[in-house]
Amino acid sequence: MSHLLREHAPISETGWSLLDTEARERLTPALAARKLVDFSGPHGWEHSATNLGRAEELGGGPGEGVEARRRRVLGLVELRSRFAVARSELADADRGAEDIDLEELDDAARRIAAAENAVVFHGWAAAGTPGVIEASPHERIALGGDCERYPRHVAVAVDALRAAGIDGPYGLALGPEAHTRVLETSQHGGYPLLDHLREILGGPIVWAPAVRGGAVLTLRGGDFMFECGQDLSIGYESHEPGAVHLYLEESFSFRVATPEAAVALAP
Amino acid sequence: MGFDQYHEPPEELPAETRTFARLCASLTEEAEAIGWYEQRMAIEPDRQARAIMRDAQGEEFKHFCMDLEFLLRRTSLWREIAEGILFQEGDIVEHGEEAEEEATEGEAARGAPLAGSESLGIGGLRGAPG
Repeated sequence: MSHLLREHAPISETGWSLLDTEARERLTPALAARKLVDFSGPHGWEHSATNLGRAEELGGGPGEGVEARRRRVLGLVELRSRFAVARSELADADRGAEDIDLEELDDAARRIAAAENAVVFHGWAAAGTPGVIEASPHERIALGGDCERYPRHVAVAVDALRAAGIDGPYGLALGPEAHTRVLETSQHGGYPLLDHLREILGGPIVWAPAVRGGAVLTLRGGDFMFECGQDLSIGYESHEPGAVHLYLEESFSFRVATPEAAVALAP
Repeated sequence: MGFDQYHEPPEELPAETRTFARLCASLTEEAEAIGWYEQRMAIEPDRQARAIMRDAQGEEFKHFCMDLEFLLRRTSLWREIAEGILFQEGDIVEHGEEAEEEATEGEAARGAPLAGSESLGIGGLRGAPG
C-alpha cells in the first residue's frame, strides 16, 4: 500500500474512478506551467531533492590536509489540497447517478493548480524556488487593458528574447483576466486576436490561473525545469458517517536555468 | 502507404498511443539505418565516401537518441530501467536484471502514471490545449 492509503477509504472502484476522472478533468486545463516548461518525472514520492550540480566549501575539513565540500540540492516541495466528499454522493455514484456533487474536489483542484502555477511563475521564497516572472532580467512590459495593443507588446517581448539569443518557439502565459480579454477580441477585419498572437509566438497561448499579468517564454527546452516527484494524486485522510476526507497531493521542484529566457508582462 | 506500426486497429487507439507507436517505429528505422551505414562503411574502399557515410550515420545516432528520449519521457518505468543500464560500467546483464527488479518493485509504491498506479497520470502537458 502506498502512503496515499487509498485502500483504507470506504470508496468503491466506481467511486475512485469518478474522483480520479473529475480531478484529472479539472486539473488539466488549469495546469498552465506544465504546458510551457520542461517536465521531468514523475520520480516517485521518495524522491526528495533535485541535483543542482553545485557544491559549497565547508570551512575546516574533517582531517588535516583534507578539503571538504557539501553538495547543494534543491529540496522538493509537497503541496496538499484537502477536500471532502459526501458518502451519500458516493453511494449514488455506485447506483449509476451521473450528477454527483464534487464541488469540494473541484475547488481543491483549482487551489492546487493555482498554487503550482504561482510557484512556477512567481516563485516561492520559503522553498528557495525562483519564478519565471520574478527571475527575468528583461524590462517588464505593461499589458494594460487595451487588447488591441497586445500584439505589439508580445512582439516586443519576442524581439527582446531574440536579441538575447533566445530562440523560439515561444509561448505566452496569461492570467485569467488578460486571457479572457484576448478570447473576446477580434481585431479589425474580424481576425481573432488569439490567432494573431499565436503567429507572433510560434507557440501556444495558455490560460494561467494565479498568474498576475503574464510571461512570454521560450519553449526550446533546457531553460525552465519542473521536476516531479509524485505526480498529482488523490489520497485518503479519514472518514466519518457522513463524509470521506481526501486530498490532492504532489511533490516537485522548479528551477530557472536561464532567467533571460522569459519576459514578464505586468498586468 | 502502410500502417504497420499499429498492431491494433488505429481507430481504436488513443492519440497518445498512436504517437507512441509512431516513435517506436521511427526508433526501429533509425537503428536499422545505423546498422546499414555500419555495413556500407565496412566494405567501402573510398575514404571520402566513408566520411560521408560516417557523417550520415551520425545523423541517425542523433535521431535514434531523440526518439528514445521522447519515449523514455513518456514511460517512467522504461526510463527508470534505462537509467539503471545506460552509461553504467560493469556487467550489462546484471545491471539489467537489477534495474528491472528495482523499478517494478518501487513503481507500485509511487505515483508513477502507469497501469495499476494511483497517480492521476497527468505528467507534462506540452502540446495540450491552452
